[in-house]
Amino acid sequence: MLCDICNKNVATVHLTEIIDDQMAELHLCENCARQKSMEMEQQFGLADLLAGLSNFGEQVEPQVTMKQKCNLCGMTYENFKKIGRLGCSECYKSFESYLKPLVKKIHGSIQHIGKAPGKRKPLAAVKTPKQKEKVVSLEELKKQLQSAVQNEEFEEAAKIRDKIRELEKSGENK
Amino acid sequence: MKIDDLLNQTSEWLKGTGPNSDIVISSRVRLARNLEGVVFPHLAAKKQGQETLEKIKDALLENDYLKNSVFLRLVDLNTIDKQFLIERHLMSRELAMKPENKGMLISQEEIISIMINEEDHLRIQIMKSGFDLTEAWNIINNIDNALSEKLTFAFSDDLGYLTACPTNVGTGMRGSVMLHLPALVMTKQINKVLAAIAKLSFTTRGLYGEGTQAAGNFFQISNQVSLGQNEAEIIENIKGIIRQIIEQENMARNALLQNNRQILEDRIFRSFGVLKSAYIINSAETIEMLSMLRLGQDLGIIKNIDRRMINELFILTQPAHLQKIEGKKLTPQERDVRRAALIREKIGQ
Ligand SMILES: [Zn+2]
Ligand SMILES: [Zn+2]
Repeated sequence: MLCDICNKNVATVHLTEIIDDQMAELHLCENCARQKSMEMEQQFGLADLLAGLSNFGEQVEPQVTMKQKCNLCGMTYENFKKIGRLGCSECYKSFESYLKPLVKKIHGSIQHIGKAPGKRKPLAAVKTPKQKEKVVSLEELKKQLQSAVQNEEFEEAAKIRDKIRELEKSGENK
Repeated sequence: MKIDDLLNQTSEWLKGTGPNSDIVISSRVRLARNLEGVVFPHLAAKKQGQETLEKIKDALLENDYLKNSVFLRLVDLNTIDKQFLIERHLMSRELAMKPENKGMLISQEEIISIMINEEDHLRIQIMKSGFDLTEAWNIINNIDNALSEKLTFAFSDDLGYLTACPTNVGTGMRGSVMLHLPALVMTKQINKVLAAIAKLSFTTRGLYGEGTQAAGNFFQISNQVSLGQNEAEIIENIKGIIRQIIEQENMARNALLQNNRQILEDRIFRSFGVLKSAYIINSAETIEMLSMLRLGQDLGIIKNIDRRMINELFILTQPAHLQKIEGKKLTPQERDVRRAALIREKIGQ
């Protein structure tokens, strides 16, 4: 049997693939199979990440073992590594010691700064760079105001007070 | 509205309008959301999955932004209908594979599509023509805000929206832009560009599905990181990189026009010739030829054929679309004949 892709070499690898809802059998030579598996690896980048992380996990000596179950859904971390999906939102707590380093590796961060549902405001919303600057300078201004008042420099204090009001206003409008 | 009505309209994302629509086909934003305290769809028992489906369906149908939408249960759809919705980029293959307890909602102009019980409980998607991520974000943000008043989403202060796969955690957001980059491919610069994109943590996919080789010079670029940046920053980052790619493609197009005009015109008119005269054509060849035709139209080399018609042909010539037009099942051989006839009918004479 010849390879389905190149039609030149003898097919030694046999795969089943699902295309358009239909099972298709693929008979490939070693060369084409390697090519194909490279494509598939790109598709399943998470599996690589998980594999790469297993060593990392050992170093941090997590408190839970890979066989410990999530108490809401009953899933284990070992199982997650196999299927690439968590069982429920509680899993993030149940497997925190494994997942935090994984999330950090994927996103380069473990702190959400985007929107939050409904009226809930994320605690970290003030951590975006621009707002951070503002927080610092607002604190500084308040210190300046205090010392101006203590030194009885009232004209200066009034100026600082106006600046503070302005800053606070622009913060509210954001 | 019924599924069959979609056949007679052009999806918003194919209209060929909007900013930079010579190079940018469409802009898409999607959000992943899950219900608090409910196991993710792949683990849900039959009854639980059903409850989730009904609960989300009710919340969607009460949403002011989703008036005049059609709600579909996947178990009610036949294979061709499912394939048809996948070809229109309204639904994922994953949703079609295991139809039980899965549902979806499609807005009248196909701008909004929402999948229920896919990888996550909710996958909300907005698609716009051209380079218009900001507008897509504004629409999806409004829908999400309104939904969060009816549904309690799984959310933590440190990790944000909690998703079945940790690659989506945080904002749960993926912004994607579909680009047509024939000149970068022809001038062999595309790999350099794609490598640079990958270094910046963006992913590239072909037009159809994931991991496949980009057919017809279409590339979809998306953000990989969904945590640690807010939604507006993610959108701005994608826009920044897309602007650079547009500039590169424009430079490559100008270089081709100046240095290789004859070769370029030859390829474009040959493609036009094949499309006008073929009696049997498969879908891979169709996409290649249409890509060249579209480039010719962008550059003013091909006249009297509008962009929207070319865009439409990319979708109408897909297997399920052909079979819906014909109103019956067609073998691959029959499809190749029907496809060629359809193309001749639309752009021939
Ligand atoms: Zn081979
Ligand atoms: Zn769990």
